[in-house]
Amino acid sequence: MRHDHLISARQLSRGDVETVLDRAAEFDAGERAARDGDLLGLCFFEPSTRTKMSFDTAMKRLGGDTVDMGTVESSSVKKGESLADTVRVVAGYADALVLRHPSEGAAKLASEFVDVPVINAGDGAGQHPTQTLLDLYTVRENAGLDDITVGIMGDLKYGRTVHSLAEALTEFDAHQHFISPESLRLPRSVRYDLHESGAEVREHTDLETVLPDLDVLYVTRIQRERFPDENEYRQVAGEYRIDAETLEAASDDLTVMHPLPRVDEIAPDVDETKYATYFDQAHNGVPVRMALLDLMLPDGNGGGDLA
Amino acid sequence: MSDPDQELRVSKIKNGTVIDHIAASQALNVLAILGIDGSGGEEVSVGMNVPSDRLGRKDVLKVEGRELSPAEVDVLSLIAPAATINIVREYEVVEKSRVERPDVVTGILSCPNANCITTAGEPVESRFEVLDDAVRCAYCDAILREDLAEHIATD
Ligand SMILES: [Zn+2]
Repeated sequence: MRHDHLISARQLSRGDVETVLDRAAEFDAGERAARDGDLLGLCFFEPSTRTKMSFDTAMKRLGGDTVDMGTVESSSVKKGESLADTVRVVAGYADALVLRHPSEGAAKLASEFVDVPVINAGDGAGQHPTQTLLDLYTVRENAGLDDITVGIMGDLKYGRTVHSLAEALTEFDAHQHFISPESLRLPRSVRYDLHESGAEVREHTDLETVLPDLDVLYVTRIQRERFPDENEYRQVAGEYRIDAETLEAASDDLTVMHPLPRVDEIAPDVDETKYATYFDQAHNGVPVRMALLDLMLPDGNGGGDLA
Repeated sequence: MSDPDQELRVSKIKNGTVIDHIAASQALNVLAILGIDGSGGEEVSVGMNVPSDRLGRKDVLKVEGRELSPAEVDVLSLIAPAATINIVREYEVVEKSRVERPDVVTGILSCPNANCITTAGEPVESRFEVLDDAVRCAYCDAILREDLAEHIATD
């Protein structure tokens, strides 16, 4: 497979995903790469310390290094520079760019202006494909990717990790259930894509009915600002909170995931159960991003297999 | 004078474009696509809800001194799929064509997503992939369906 950029999980075939996950498993098992001299440009137009740390760590573990455009406040962006100009400048210093931006479509736009690979690390409410890859890696490590039943719960309207994951799972033999309050169900465009990919979109307003069938439960945060008032938020969010007692009805093999940070949608008592996988999930970001960078960067051990 | 199409009382034009068989009541949206609001001084004749054998009712537009760009025809095809375009020179129709649904429309439409990067003053034209019954922003994936005419860029 050959991709110049990674903009959306939708561009990845099952084969592409497996290539990345297999390489990630090799890094996870201790394999080393020698990418000394390779530089990754970090373009974070909104703060996302975790994602940035994960890419920074991944690149350095590959033997390469990173250059960081700094915060928006300290850069030319503040003076009104366009994204197209900023990425053209930074691309001159780096062998690949990682882009995080508050506007949807930013990574796609950036990719049209530079000659180096662009990796989308989140564009507004849009795509966040590397999160998806680490989610898929975590699902594969824990439940496999064949004949699985996945429940995705919480804010499905604004949660980009959810949209990206749901789309990617359509490439696999996965049954998907979507559990959310009516006001936070999947947006029309996402439902359209899932239908187009041949997936059945099963939507529920409560977890109870589907929980026993699930191999994976992916929980996301319902944010206060999605609701007009505090009371309504408390009431609705409370219905989508899980604790150890909730999970008594679950299959023994259930894997509980969460993109982190969590607030209170997963009670701390779940951490002690065998279901809890969210910290492993977060750490999986490093080998997965190592794999992706190794495959997309030109002329190294990975040979630009994705580039 | 038995053909109702012939009853439309608009003057012949010398040089310009006649857009016929526009879906009834879409003529003003077509003018919006062309960026014509009268302020530019163009000579324009508009026929709305004119009887038509093919469409029952239709709109017709005659614009003096103006031919359509390919981008304009692309967007026109989305709101007036049955339209025919007649290019007139020296009072004669020199070219007659039906609109075709394109795969992609560039420019003219603006993205309905206010948070889309294409609405943020970047040096790019909007670009939409044409689906069966809608168009989708090539940048942010936002879908534009029945309210297409409201998203014709007016600048
Ligand atoms: Zn858009």
